[in-house]
Amino acid sequence: MADSSDYYFEVKPKNAFSLNFKELIEYRELFYFFTWRDIKVKYRQTVLGFLWAILQPILLMLIFTFFLGRALQVPSDGMTYPVFVFSGLMLWLLFSSGIANAGNSMVSNAQIIKKIYFPRLIIPLSSILVAVFDFAMTVIVFIPVLLFFRASVTIAEAIWCWPLGLALSILASFGPGCLLAALNVKYRDFRYVIPFLVQVLLFVTPVIYPMSIVPGKWLPYLVAINPMYAAITIFRLPFTEIAPDFTLVMISIVSGLVLLVAGLGYFRKTESYFADLA
Amino acid sequence: MKPMLEVQGVGKKFRIRHEAQPYLSLRESLGGLFKKSRTNGEDFWALRDVSFNVQPGDSLGIIGRNGAGKSTLLKILSKITPPTQGRVIGRGRIASLLEVGTGFHPELTGRENIYLNGSILGMKKREIDRRFDEIVAFAGTERFLDTPLKHYSSGMQLRLAFAVAAFLEPEILIIDEVLAVGDAEFQKKCIGKMEDVSRSGRTILFVSHNMAAVESLCRSAVLLREGKVAEMGPSHSITRSYLSDPAAKSSNGPDQQFTTNHKEAQITRLEFLSDGAPSAVLFMGNDLEVRAHFRSGLPSESFMLGIVVRDSAGAPLLFFNNRNYGVSFGSKSPGSGIITLQIPQLNLMPGFYSVDVYLASLSKDLDVKRECFSFQVVYKAFEGAGEPLREDFNRVFYKNVLWKMDYNE
Repeated sequence: MADSSDYYFEVKPKNAFSLNFKELIEYRELFYFFTWRDIKVKYRQTVLGFLWAILQPILLMLIFTFFLGRALQVPSDGMTYPVFVFSGLMLWLLFSSGIANAGNSMVSNAQIIKKIYFPRLIIPLSSILVAVFDFAMTVIVFIPVLLFFRASVTIAEAIWCWPLGLALSILASFGPGCLLAALNVKYRDFRYVIPFLVQVLLFVTPVIYPMSIVPGKWLPYLVAINPMYAAITIFRLPFTEIAPDFTLVMISIVSGLVLLVAGLGYFRKTESYFADLA
Repeated sequence: MKPMLEVQGVGKKFRIRHEAQPYLSLRESLGGLFKKSRTNGEDFWALRDVSFNVQPGDSLGIIGRNGAGKSTLLKILSKITPPTQGRVIGRGRIASLLEVGTGFHPELTGRENIYLNGSILGMKKREIDRRFDEIVAFAGTERFLDTPLKHYSSGMQLRLAFAVAAFLEPEILIIDEVLAVGDAEFQKKCIGKMEDVSRSGRTILFVSHNMAAVESLCRSAVLLREGKVAEMGPSHSITRSYLSDPAAKSSNGPDQQFTTNHKEAQITRLEFLSDGAPSAVLFMGNDLEVRAHFRSGLPSESFMLGIVVRDSAGAPLLFFNNRNYGVSFGSKSPGSGIITLQIPQLNLMPGFYSVDVYLASLSKDLDVKRECFSFQVVYKAFEGAGEPLREDFNRVFYKNVLWKMDYNE
């Protein structure tokens, strides 16, 4: 028998707020298995399998390039429009499918939640990791896209901008993802809110258009509250000479952190009752 | 030695909502903002002031009728839901089996599901790797390892699920009625496995309706009644008191009453006694007594009582009929009474059995109680025996046989 003191635990009426990272680390294998399960299941029954992760951004890129880039002549901060929109879409799809997956994750795993204890945070976080996996797939086509459109890339910037942009997108997904997951358990209305929200957010995020065409004095500040603005802008830095507005980027990063704290906080606050509600 | 598990004054309150959905809709909550009172529900204590300790290596049965709070208690002990009051202190790695096959996914293969389910139950990947072959052998699904689970029969899924669970190695194991499923052969395998676990010094908490299983697995038991601890003590005395509780006279128990509906003749009550007390658990070689209370509109010479004992697969093993024994109940006029059958030293091997009782006239069945009683025979070595009886070679046994050796030097 192992030393019992290692496994001392106490079950009390509702714990004080704490993230309990130690426990999350203890359960890292389960984290891995949930992510692995979701990825396997997602592609198992499809004929094209992993190709779906690639096809979506490519098709969207072609559509947006044709209608917005060519027909409407939307500017793109000095980049070729397809490169501009593809780089934006890569992160956008990570964010949007991340929060959509996370938002539904608690409800779709209700059977497990009701029967077994584990840190609940694993569920939304691992469903966001599935979106990160899809992102990794799109990176495979990102390089050919860059070569095809002869995009000029500042390698020195790419080395830090791309990882940072990715990290910011993942962080930006965690907050709203956890918030939606918790809200969806309590209020099933969010089942309908999530797809709509994702759709609306695409149009208020500078993915398919640059921030420079947002009119008005204050509107850009409002748009910058969107945490994905900073992620996408930083990710695109290596393609352009035009420097972004530092204040706007900071607003977006701070907003992302606030959402992260609020989302994790709300999730932790309500998680102990998930088993009763689910 | 400190207790493995300390349950101190645990209570759980639920708010019963008078609508169907346990979750809220946003509209209701928004509506609640403008209303002062939110009294569309009442409080209900599913558990109240529950306290007990479990010592290392002990096995505790938790019994009680439906709604007594057993499942809520299990959920609190397994950390799934927090208590409203009190606390639980645990001093060991805990695993709970409130269901077998939690998290099984139909699209994944048997192999993949073993890893997923094992991990959900709290096993490390390394442990699963090490035990993988044993798990597969226990489940008996070697040939289908790389087949998606959706192509498995439900029996195979269950075997696979239990096999994973059987190789959990926590210091505290919490089990809920998972034994209530599966074929008899498999149930036997599972009970055996759980006995191993309990013998290896780990702590078991076992919730069940099956008094036989509780008695054979658990040293002590807690009886819950309306969310409170009604009784606590050695499992055999607690299961007896549960069974003698008039409210517990449900189907399959050792004392059953039947509502009257037949006209000609009927069985009104059945009692099954082992060595004089109502019980669903017999040791090998115990006496079994069946008492059939009846009411009859026929003269007594025109009916007979039959008792069939079936094995766990439902195949008849023993058949008792008073006419086969040359016994008739005389020529009493219509009325009521008790027919008693005493079987001294029931020579059945350990396992699960069921009993049919029927009352018949010469031409037809009058009242048939099919599989009205299930019981378990528990192993007991013969006095002075150096070796246990081989269960794979004996379907029945004789206790009092004569051994003799004539020896020439």
